[in-house]
Amino acid sequence: MDAKEKISVIQELAYELKVGEVMKKEVITVSPNNLIADLREILRDNRISGTPVVDKGKLVGIISLEDFIKCLLDGEMEIPVSQKMTQSIQTLYEDEPLIHAINKFEKLNYGRFPVVARENGKLVGIITKGDIIHGLLQRLENEYYEEEIKRLRASHFFEDIIADESRIILQYNIVGNDFKRAGESSSRLKKTLTRLGIRPQVIRRLTIASYEAEMNIVIFTSQGKIITNIQPSQIKLSAIDSGPGIPDVEQAMQPGFSTAPDWIREMGFGAGMGLANIKKCADEFSINSKVGQGTQIEIIINLE
Amino acid sequence: MKIRELKEILEAEILTDTSGLEIEVKMACGADLMSDVLSFTKARALLLTGLTNSQVIRTAEISDMKAICFVRGKKPPTETIDLAKEKNIPLLVTNLPMYESCGRLYQKGLPGCSEIEE
Repeated sequence: MDAKEKISVIQELAYELKVGEVMKKEVITVSPNNLIADLREILRDNRISGTPVVDKGKLVGIISLEDFIKCLLDGEMEIPVSQKMTQSIQTLYEDEPLIHAINKFEKLNYGRFPVVARENGKLVGIITKGDIIHGLLQRLENEYYEEEIKRLRASHFFEDIIADESRIILQYNIVGNDFKRAGESSSRLKKTLTRLGIRPQVIRRLTIASYEAEMNIVIFTSQGKIITNIQPSQIKLSAIDSGPGIPDVEQAMQPGFSTAPDWIREMGFGAGMGLANIKKCADEFSINSKVGQGTQIEIIINLE
Repeated sequence: MKIRELKEILEAEILTDTSGLEIEVKMACGADLMSDVLSFTKARALLLTGLTNSQVIRTAEISDMKAICFVRGKKPPTETIDLAKEKNIPLLVTNLPMYESCGRLYQKGLPGCSEIEE
């Protein structure tokens, strides 16, 4: 990134950020009746160099450390703030872009501006140059971290892993007969694969297969699991259940052959397309089933 | 075709928030069999169906469909609507039956899934 670009990033942020996002919301204020002498503690204890003067909720002026020092030199410590405050107040609106504030600081050379709400003119905060710098740095830092996180999670995932072999295994446990939650695991799998930066077409094939397998586990068995084994060159998906098993696998593979109960059909499933659909999504497909023991389906989708 | 436009054509009501009206669909598919949807549809399609259970939303999500329109005036249960909102899938209801809904959209130029190359 060259210097010119760096400037433009900051400028962009200065247009994007609003005064209200970087201002201090807790404002120390004084009343016009406070004595100048009171200012010493207020400014010192709060480590501030000026404060708005508020009368019955209304902003009436602003008084600074400079004003205080002048009074100190002139021996005018026992007079009310109202006599020494600046009455022509320059304010900023909280919904103004930060760039307006920066320009105003440059033009007027003030140390701070009270910030008011546009709707009712009420004091909502105060802003100094320090707040602007802090706000910009914080936003830059956040963006940097977001960028880092994206870089880590997206398609570079495997490239960043230094190993002779690397794989990610995601396992989802499926509860049988819980039709309400059926599909939830495939939905979660889809989200995770998206985060890993896998190509959308691959995700689609994989999650359609996983969804059909999940539906079969939910409809016909008491429990099962779906395991996805992701490698740089291929993704293997296994759907494993603990029974009852398919008596005639060849017959079950026929599109339209179904043993599903009516209530499942009414839900739009169990029309005997599931296994055929899974096979259609796969580059390699295998099924193994034993009655009384369970069924294991395995598919592979090539990534290269 | 924008959802806004097909809502007009089908005289449909939107069940999710109106920001969905600006979403664009490339094609449509009419089916009551979710395995058929999973098997034959392509991404960015509209699903027309008479089924209203939450598996319809899951199916649409898994196959990257953009929106769902329920035909024959069938309103889905709250859990279906909630899931659709969570997944950002706009839902519509039309009083027209399936055949007429598909016919109207096709007549206005919205193609079927077999006509579009993915």
